[in-house]
Amino acid sequence: MSDMMQHQIDAYVRREMLPEQEPPVTERGIVKWMRENLFSNVTNAIMTLIAILAVYLILTATLPWLLNGIWDAPSIRACREILQGEVGGCFAVLTERWNQLLFGFKYPDTEYWRPTLAFVLLFVAAAPVMFYKYTPRVMLFFTALYPFLAYWLIWGGTILTPVFALLGFVAGYVVWTVLVKRSFAGAFFGSIAAAVVTWWIGGMITGAMATENTLLIAVQSRDMGGFMLNLILGTVCVSLSLPIGIALALGRQSSMPIIKWICVIFIEFIRGVPLITLLFVANVVLAYFLPPGTTFDLILRVIIMITMFASAYIAEVIRGGLAALPTGQYEAANSLGLDYPQSMRLIILPQALKISIPGIVNVAVGLFKDTTLVSVISMFDLVGMIRGPILASTEWNGVYWELLGFAALLFFVVCYGISQYSQWLERELNTDHR
Amino acid sequence: MTASTDPHKESFRLSMLLNDKRYRSYTFQFIALLALIGAIAYLGSNLMANLRAAGLNISWSFLGEPSNYDINQTLIEYDSRSSHWRASVVGILNTLLVAFLACITATILGVVAGVLRLSNNWLIRKLMAFYVEAFRNVPVLIWIIIIFTIMTATLPRPNAFRGDNATASMVFDSVAFTNRGVYLPRPVFESGSWLVVLVFLASIVGVFMYRRYATKLLYDTGKLLPTFWPSLGILFLPSILFYFIMGQPISLEYPSLQGFNFSGGWTVRGSLIALWFALAIYTGAFIAENVRAGIQSVSKGQTEAAASLGIRPRRIMNLVILPQALRVIIPPLISNYLNITKNSSLAIAVGYMDITGTLGGITLNQTGRAIEAVLLLMLFYLAISLGISAVMNIYNNAVRLKER
Repeated sequence: MSDMMQHQIDAYVRREMLPEQEPPVTERGIVKWMRENLFSNVTNAIMTLIAILAVYLILTATLPWLLNGIWDAPSIRACREILQGEVGGCFAVLTERWNQLLFGFKYPDTEYWRPTLAFVLLFVAAAPVMFYKYTPRVMLFFTALYPFLAYWLIWGGTILTPVFALLGFVAGYVVWTVLVKRSFAGAFFGSIAAAVVTWWIGGMITGAMATENTLLIAVQSRDMGGFMLNLILGTVCVSLSLPIGIALALGRQSSMPIIKWICVIFIEFIRGVPLITLLFVANVVLAYFLPPGTTFDLILRVIIMITMFASAYIAEVIRGGLAALPTGQYEAANSLGLDYPQSMRLIILPQALKISIPGIVNVAVGLFKDTTLVSVISMFDLVGMIRGPILASTEWNGVYWELLGFAALLFFVVCYGISQYSQWLERELNTDHR
Repeated sequence: MTASTDPHKESFRLSMLLNDKRYRSYTFQFIALLALIGAIAYLGSNLMANLRAAGLNISWSFLGEPSNYDINQTLIEYDSRSSHWRASVVGILNTLLVAFLACITATILGVVAGVLRLSNNWLIRKLMAFYVEAFRNVPVLIWIIIIFTIMTATLPRPNAFRGDNATASMVFDSVAFTNRGVYLPRPVFESGSWLVVLVFLASIVGVFMYRRYATKLLYDTGKLLPTFWPSLGILFLPSILFYFIMGQPISLEYPSLQGFNFSGGWTVRGSLIALWFALAIYTGAFIAENVRAGIQSVSKGQTEAAASLGIRPRRIMNLVILPQALRVIIPPLISNYLNITKNSSLAIAVGYMDITGTLGGITLNQTGRAIEAVLLLMLFYLAISLGISAVMNIYNNAVRLKER
């Protein structure tokens, strides 16, 4: 009987598993992805179609222009002859005016290697700061040397100027290390005094020995131009404004009313006016406030004003970082018996600066973009070069999109790169265990 | 019985000014004050010496003198015989105009892009990310110049609209895009139109009152009135009714080609459009990021809690997410408005006559009064900034989380 049963069951019971079937075609691969991400409902489908149409329109408008571009021609008329009425960009302007776009139109063309070298070395100098975990600490010495080296490379002239500038800092540092054990204030003022004395002596020696055997030809500040000018203004002003910004932020937090109010008024005033008015000040007003007879480089005046501008913004960012620290950190520092400079240097600032990194990078990127504003006061930075000498020339009158697109691309690459770096750094510094 | 003795009072020594925490702050402040006064005195004396050497003085009388220059886009009556002061006021109004237009456009763009960046549509998400990154990372000056070039170099000349086989034509026979600007139809108010305008204004008040009534009814009885269609009806129906009762007193004046140029209607210069749209698109990218951060700052539990209460998705957005997100969005939004106002000073790059173009540009160059002009310019922007910051602080205090 049981045999019968077994036989009957065997008729419809499967002994082995069915082979696994592929999921239905709508639930796998690209179709599933598209159903989920592009056509999940009617609104989404319509939006997808509109987006595809937009992308199609953008690509059909730009791709032929990009791919059909002319890279070798002496003028826009030659470009048009080669194109014979077809759509295509005249990128020849970029190749022909490449050096002007990068270095301006007055920088001596035999010396182009100097700013180029300075630019390449900038990465070597920045690497130990930007990727400090992955680079040997010895490289920091090069970073410290870099500003003086870059100045000498770009401006040229006698090497004594950057050497004595460096010696001034060295003297200040030596005095600092000697005195700081005894008193912070004494070391602070002592190092400033030592630096100033060194610079004063150096200035006299340089004055006496000037114009003798210069290795590099001196280039005047007013001959700087092109994207180089944007880079110089950006890097110099950001690096100068960091320490000033920290000082202003600490001053604003200070319990001493006079110092606090000086900082508050400075910050709020600078933040309340557009950069253009500050550039007007640099251009036409600042000369009135200098001793009669002194002539001042326009580029230096602009650097002063942009640095003031940037430091006010950086101060606000850092103030945000200081305010975000829990009071316990301040109290802990006090209870360890640290005095104000020690607690700031060892406890507060490392944490506050870490919090403020994204904000500082935002300010730096914004400032770098704002360096294009100097074209308004007739300095020939990248935008100034494009709008001035290049578009006004008879050969290239009317090549708008290629030039402006190139400028936009150049800024995009730098700014996007910096913001990506800042996001990486944020992840890197993220040490809390949440 | 007072056995306790006061701690021994140290007598004041001079070295305590530097070493004692209680007195050191006075020393530092004194030094800072001295340095400040010294710097001001030094700069002031330089200024005096330079002015004397150049035979100049500080005087504001140039503001009353005739300006001798024309401004192509003015909101108020102005000609070249008007004073420099009047030119400055024209400039201020132009600054406020472009800032106002750009703020509204940037907000719309930014909110749309910010919400769409969180869309579950992959393509839209990527497109919006592209928009945000492309515009945030390129200087606004370049965008202004690009749009200005579109407005002046690629649009047809007015005479392209002429003749039987014109190469260009007006959009809807009423708007002409030319390289001299955009010509728009202008409403003409005839007698009796004031009643229509009045009715329209009353309708706006009516809409607000209806909404308040609906809210009150909801709270009192739980009855939910429809709001959208009734609001629309209240807003437009009475005005349209009165428009026809009064015999169509408002008409449009269309621009028409006369001679070499269009006349009639409103003229919007290419420089204004370039500045307006460049500022709007550029700042819109920043606002999009703020909006995205704001919406993401509302924790998911809020949405889920609201959904578990049975609230519909649209109402979850309006009643739960947005009120909390706005607290995060509004402060940076206002500082973006501030940035628009300050960046509108880039008008000088495309020749739009805002305050920087009139007072800081032509007036400064004509009169040579650099110090006065730049000072006035700074004070104007400073007043706007501080005003907006004050509003922002009031708002922040109003919406701050009321903690116990």
